[in-house]
Amino acid sequence: MKQRKKWYDFLWIASLTYLILGFFNILFAWLGLLCFFIPLIIAVGKGNKAYCNRYCGRGQLFSLLGGEFGLSRKKDVPRWMKSKFFRYGFFIFFFAMFFLMLWNTYLVFSGAKELSQTVKLLWTLKLPWHWAYHGTLFSPGVAQFAFGFYSVMLTSTVLGFVTMILFKPRSWCVYCPMGTMTQLICKGKNVTGSQKHKVKQSTIKS
Amino acid sequence: MPKRKARVDARVCVACGCCIKVCPKNAIAVPKGVCAEINSELCVGCGKCARECPASVITLEVTEQ
Repeated sequence: MKQRKKWYDFLWIASLTYLILGFFNILFAWLGLLCFFIPLIIAVGKGNKAYCNRYCGRGQLFSLLGGEFGLSRKKDVPRWMKSKFFRYGFFIFFFAMFFLMLWNTYLVFSGAKELSQTVKLLWTLKLPWHWAYHGTLFSPGVAQFAFGFYSVMLTSTVLGFVTMILFKPRSWCVYCPMGTMTQLICKGKNVTGSQKHKVKQSTIKS
Repeated sequence: MPKRKARVDARVCVACGCCIKVCPKNAIAVPKGVCAEINSELCVGCGKCARECPASVITLEVTEQ
Protein backbone atom coordinates (compact mmCIF):
# COMPACT_ATOMS: atom_id res chain seq x y z
CA MET A 1 0.00 0.00 0.00
CA LYS A 2 1.58 3.24 -1.09
CA GLN A 3 1.03 6.16 1.28
CA ARG A 4 -0.41 9.38 -0.11
CA LYS A 5 2.18 12.10 -0.41
CA LYS A 6 1.85 15.15 1.79
CA TRP A 7 2.94 18.70 0.95
CA TYR A 8 6.15 18.28 2.95
CA ASP A 9 7.20 15.31 0.83
CA PHE A 10 8.06 17.81 -1.90
CA LEU A 11 10.45 19.94 0.12
CA TRP A 12 13.32 18.42 -1.86
CA ILE A 13 12.32 20.92 -4.56
CA ALA A 14 13.11 23.76 -2.13
CA SER A 15 16.53 22.26 -1.36
CA LEU A 16 17.36 21.87 -5.02
CA THR A 17 16.10 25.39 -5.82
CA TYR A 18 18.28 26.76 -3.02
CA LEU A 19 21.43 25.26 -4.53
CA ILE A 20 20.51 26.53 -8.01
CA LEU A 21 19.66 30.06 -6.80
CA GLY A 22 23.01 30.35 -5.06
CA PHE A 23 24.66 29.73 -8.39
CA PHE A 24 23.04 32.86 -9.83
CA ASN A 25 22.85 35.18 -6.84
CA ILE A 26 24.81 34.36 -3.73
CA LEU A 27 22.58 36.47 -1.48
CA PHE A 28 19.93 33.73 -1.71
CA ALA A 29 22.28 31.71 0.51
CA TRP A 30 20.82 33.59 3.49
CA LEU A 31 17.66 31.49 3.04
CA GLY A 32 19.73 28.52 4.24
CA LEU A 33 19.36 29.86 7.77
CA LEU A 34 15.88 28.34 7.67
CA CYS A 35 17.50 24.86 7.60
CA PHE A 36 19.45 25.90 10.67
CA PHE A 37 16.81 27.59 12.80
CA ILE A 38 13.68 25.53 12.02
CA PRO A 39 15.13 22.19 13.30
CA LEU A 40 16.52 24.02 16.34
CA ILE A 41 13.22 25.72 17.16
CA ILE A 42 11.32 22.43 16.75
CA ALA A 43 13.82 20.53 18.93
CA VAL A 44 13.94 23.17 21.66
CA GLY A 45 10.25 24.09 21.54
CA LYS A 46 8.56 20.78 20.85
CA GLY A 47 11.29 18.36 21.93
CA ASN A 48 11.21 16.21 18.82
CA LYS A 49 12.97 15.66 15.51
CA ALA A 50 10.01 16.41 13.26
CA TYR A 51 12.31 18.37 10.97
CA CYS A 52 14.49 15.32 10.22
CA ASN A 53 11.51 12.99 10.25
CA ARG A 54 9.31 14.99 7.90
CA TYR A 55 10.57 18.26 6.53
CA CYS A 56 14.24 17.85 5.65
CA GLY A 57 14.44 18.60 1.93
CA ARG A 58 18.06 17.54 1.67
CA GLY A 59 17.27 14.08 3.05
CA GLN A 60 14.40 13.80 0.59
CA LEU A 61 16.69 14.81 -2.26
CA PHE A 62 19.19 12.08 -1.35
CA SER A 63 16.35 9.62 -0.94
CA LEU A 64 15.07 10.48 -4.40
CA LEU A 65 18.45 10.42 -6.16
CA GLY A 66 19.75 7.36 -4.35
CA GLY A 67 16.49 5.45 -4.12
CA GLU A 68 14.20 6.28 -7.05
CA PHE A 69 16.98 7.17 -9.49
CA GLY A 70 19.13 4.28 -8.29
CA LEU A 71 22.35 6.25 -7.81
CA SER A 72 23.10 4.56 -4.49
CA ARG A 73 24.89 1.25 -3.96
CA LYS A 74 22.59 0.71 -0.96
CA LYS A 75 25.35 -0.79 1.17
CA ASP A 76 25.64 -0.48 4.94
CA VAL A 77 27.63 2.47 6.25
CA PRO A 78 30.87 1.41 7.98
CA ARG A 79 30.60 0.86 11.71
CA TRP A 80 32.90 3.80 12.57
CA MET A 81 30.64 6.21 10.71
CA LYS A 82 27.73 5.59 13.07
CA SER A 83 29.89 5.55 16.19
CA LYS A 84 29.31 8.30 18.76
CA PHE A 85 32.98 9.24 18.47
CA PHE A 86 32.69 10.05 14.77
CA ARG A 87 29.24 11.64 14.97
CA TYR A 88 30.11 13.96 17.85
CA GLY A 89 33.61 14.54 16.44
CA PHE A 90 32.20 15.59 13.07
CA PHE A 91 29.59 17.75 14.82
CA ILE A 92 32.33 19.61 16.74
CA PHE A 93 34.51 19.97 13.64
CA PHE A 94 31.59 21.19 11.51
CA PHE A 95 30.55 23.83 14.02
CA ALA A 96 34.15 24.91 14.62
CA MET A 97 34.38 25.58 10.87
CA PHE A 98 31.01 27.31 11.03
CA PHE A 99 32.21 29.69 13.75
CA LEU A 100 35.40 30.32 11.78
CA MET A 101 33.18 31.36 8.89
CA LEU A 102 31.26 33.68 11.22
CA TRP A 103 34.57 35.18 12.39
CA ASN A 104 35.62 35.84 8.78
CA THR A 105 32.25 37.48 8.17
CA TYR A 106 32.83 39.70 11.21
CA LEU A 107 36.25 40.72 9.85
CA VAL A 108 34.69 41.76 6.55
CA PHE A 109 31.92 43.64 8.38
CA SER A 110 34.50 45.51 10.43
CA GLY A 111 36.58 46.34 7.36
CA ALA A 112 39.64 44.39 8.51
CA LYS A 113 39.34 41.98 5.60
CA GLU A 114 38.22 42.26 2.00
CA LEU A 115 35.29 40.35 0.59
CA SER A 116 36.33 37.05 -0.95
CA GLN A 117 34.06 36.15 -3.84
CA THR A 118 34.75 32.45 -3.54
CA VAL A 119 32.95 29.37 -2.30
CA LYS A 120 35.10 27.12 -0.14
CA LEU A 121 34.33 23.48 -0.88
CA LEU A 122 35.22 20.89 1.76
CA TRP A 123 36.79 23.67 3.85
CA THR A 124 39.84 23.79 1.56
CA LEU A 125 39.09 24.21 -2.16
CA LYS A 126 38.43 27.82 -3.11
CA LEU A 127 36.07 27.86 -6.05
CA PRO A 128 35.60 31.10 -8.01
CA TRP A 129 31.99 32.24 -7.60
CA HIS A 130 32.20 35.92 -8.62
CA TRP A 131 29.43 35.64 -11.23
CA ALA A 132 26.90 35.15 -8.44
CA TYR A 133 27.77 38.45 -6.76
CA HIS A 134 26.01 41.54 -8.06
CA GLY A 135 26.74 43.90 -5.19
CA THR A 136 24.86 44.52 -1.98
CA LEU A 137 22.95 47.51 -0.62
CA PHE A 138 24.47 46.96 2.81
CA SER A 139 27.96 46.02 4.02
CA PRO A 140 30.12 43.56 2.00
CA GLY A 141 29.89 41.46 5.16
CA VAL A 142 26.35 40.56 4.13
CA ALA A 143 27.75 38.99 0.97
CA GLN A 144 30.63 37.38 2.88
CA PHE A 145 28.17 35.58 5.12
CA ALA A 146 26.25 34.44 2.03
CA PHE A 147 29.44 33.05 0.44
CA GLY A 148 30.35 31.38 3.73
CA PHE A 149 26.94 29.89 4.35
CA TYR A 150 26.64 28.65 0.78
CA SER A 151 30.05 27.00 1.23
CA VAL A 152 28.70 25.16 4.28
CA MET A 153 25.59 24.06 2.41
CA LEU A 154 27.47 22.99 -0.73
CA THR A 155 30.09 21.13 1.28
CA SER A 156 27.47 19.18 3.20
CA THR A 157 25.59 18.42 -0.02
CA VAL A 158 28.75 17.11 -1.69
CA LEU A 159 29.64 14.97 1.36
CA GLY A 160 26.06 13.69 1.53
CA PHE A 161 26.09 12.95 -2.20
CA VAL A 162 29.31 10.93 -1.99
CA THR A 163 28.06 8.87 0.96
CA MET A 164 24.70 8.50 -0.83
CA ILE A 165 26.50 6.84 -3.75
CA LEU A 166 28.81 4.71 -1.61
CA PHE A 167 26.32 3.61 1.03
CA LYS A 168 22.56 4.04 1.57
CA PRO A 169 20.66 7.01 0.05
CA ARG A 170 20.29 8.93 3.30
CA SER A 171 23.69 8.05 4.81
CA TRP A 172 24.19 11.78 5.40
CA CYS A 173 21.51 11.55 8.13
CA VAL A 174 23.84 9.29 10.14
CA TYR A 175 26.44 12.03 10.65
CA CYS A 176 24.45 15.19 9.83
CA PRO A 177 25.57 17.77 12.44
CA MET A 178 22.09 19.30 12.66
CA GLY A 179 20.59 15.85 13.24
CA THR A 180 23.19 15.08 15.91
CA MET A 181 22.53 18.43 17.58
CA THR A 182 18.73 18.12 17.58
CA GLN A 183 18.97 14.54 18.90
CA LEU A 184 21.23 15.77 21.71
CA ILE A 185 18.74 18.53 22.53
CA CYS A 186 15.87 16.02 22.56
CA LYS A 187 17.89 13.64 24.79
CA GLY A 188 18.66 16.52 27.14
CA LYS A 189 15.04 17.59 27.26
CA ASN A 190 13.94 14.03 27.95
CA VAL A 191 16.37 13.59 30.82
CA THR A 192 15.30 16.85 32.45
CA GLY A 193 11.65 16.01 31.66
CA SER A 194 11.85 12.58 33.32
CA GLN A 195 13.71 14.06 36.32
CA LYS A 196 10.96 16.64 36.74
CA HIS A 197 8.43 13.82 36.52
CA LYS A 198 10.28 11.86 39.23
CA VAL A 199 10.45 14.90 41.50
CA LYS A 200 6.73 15.49 40.99
CA GLN A 201 5.94 11.84 41.80
CA SER A 202 8.12 11.86 44.95
CA THR A 203 6.48 15.07 46.20
CA ILE A 204 3.05 13.55 45.63
CA LYS A 205 4.08 10.42 47.62
CA SER A 206 5.47 12.43 50.51
CA MET B 1 6.26 -19.80 8.71
CA PRO B 2 8.14 -18.00 11.53
CA LYS B 3 6.81 -14.57 12.39
CA ARG B 4 9.29 -11.74 12.22
CA LYS B 5 9.25 -8.33 13.86
CA ALA B 6 11.49 -5.35 13.37
CA ARG B 7 13.72 -4.31 16.27
CA VAL B 8 15.71 -1.10 16.68
CA ASP B 9 19.12 -0.89 18.31
CA ALA B 10 18.38 2.16 20.46
CA ARG B 11 22.06 2.81 21.23
CA VAL B 12 22.93 3.58 17.61
CA CYS B 13 19.62 4.92 16.22
CA VAL B 14 20.07 8.50 14.93
CA ALA B 15 16.31 9.21 15.02
CA CYS B 16 16.26 10.42 11.41
CA GLY B 17 12.84 8.89 10.80
CA CYS B 18 13.59 7.37 7.37
CA CYS B 19 11.88 4.21 8.58
CA ILE B 20 8.60 6.02 9.34
CA LYS B 21 8.05 6.96 5.70
CA VAL B 22 8.47 3.45 4.29
CA CYS B 23 6.46 1.52 6.87
CA PRO B 24 3.26 0.31 5.16
CA LYS B 25 1.53 -0.20 8.51
CA ASN B 26 2.45 3.12 10.15
CA ALA B 27 3.97 1.07 12.94
CA ILE B 28 6.98 3.30 13.54
CA ALA B 29 7.36 6.57 15.40
CA VAL B 30 10.25 8.59 16.81
CA PRO B 31 8.76 9.77 20.10
CA LYS B 32 10.60 12.71 21.66
CA GLY B 33 13.26 12.66 18.94
CA VAL B 34 15.53 10.16 20.65
CA CYS B 35 15.08 6.81 18.96
CA ALA B 36 12.70 5.03 16.58
CA GLU B 37 10.13 2.80 18.27
CA ILE B 38 8.24 0.00 16.59
CA ASN B 39 4.73 -0.97 17.55
CA SER B 40 5.09 -4.74 17.48
CA GLU B 41 1.31 -5.17 17.39
CA LEU B 42 1.23 -3.47 14.00
CA CYS B 43 4.58 -4.65 12.61
CA VAL B 44 4.25 -7.34 9.95
CA GLY B 45 8.01 -7.90 9.60
CA CYS B 46 8.18 -6.84 5.94
CA GLY B 47 11.72 -5.50 6.44
CA LYS B 48 11.26 -2.27 4.48
CA CYS B 49 12.43 -0.19 7.44
CA ALA B 50 15.53 -2.35 7.87
CA ARG B 51 16.47 -1.86 4.21
CA GLU B 52 15.84 1.90 4.38
CA CYS B 53 17.61 2.64 7.67
CA PRO B 54 20.78 4.59 6.75
CA ALA B 55 22.55 3.49 9.92
CA SER B 56 21.38 -0.13 9.49
CA VAL B 57 20.24 -0.35 13.09
CA ILE B 58 16.95 -2.16 12.41
CA THR B 59 16.98 -5.94 12.34
CA LEU B 60 14.24 -8.50 11.89
CA GLU B 61 13.88 -10.96 14.70
CA VAL B 62 11.91 -14.17 14.77
CA THR B 63 9.29 -13.91 17.49
CA GLU B 64 7.34 -17.19 17.20
CA GLN B 65 7.05 -20.28 15.03
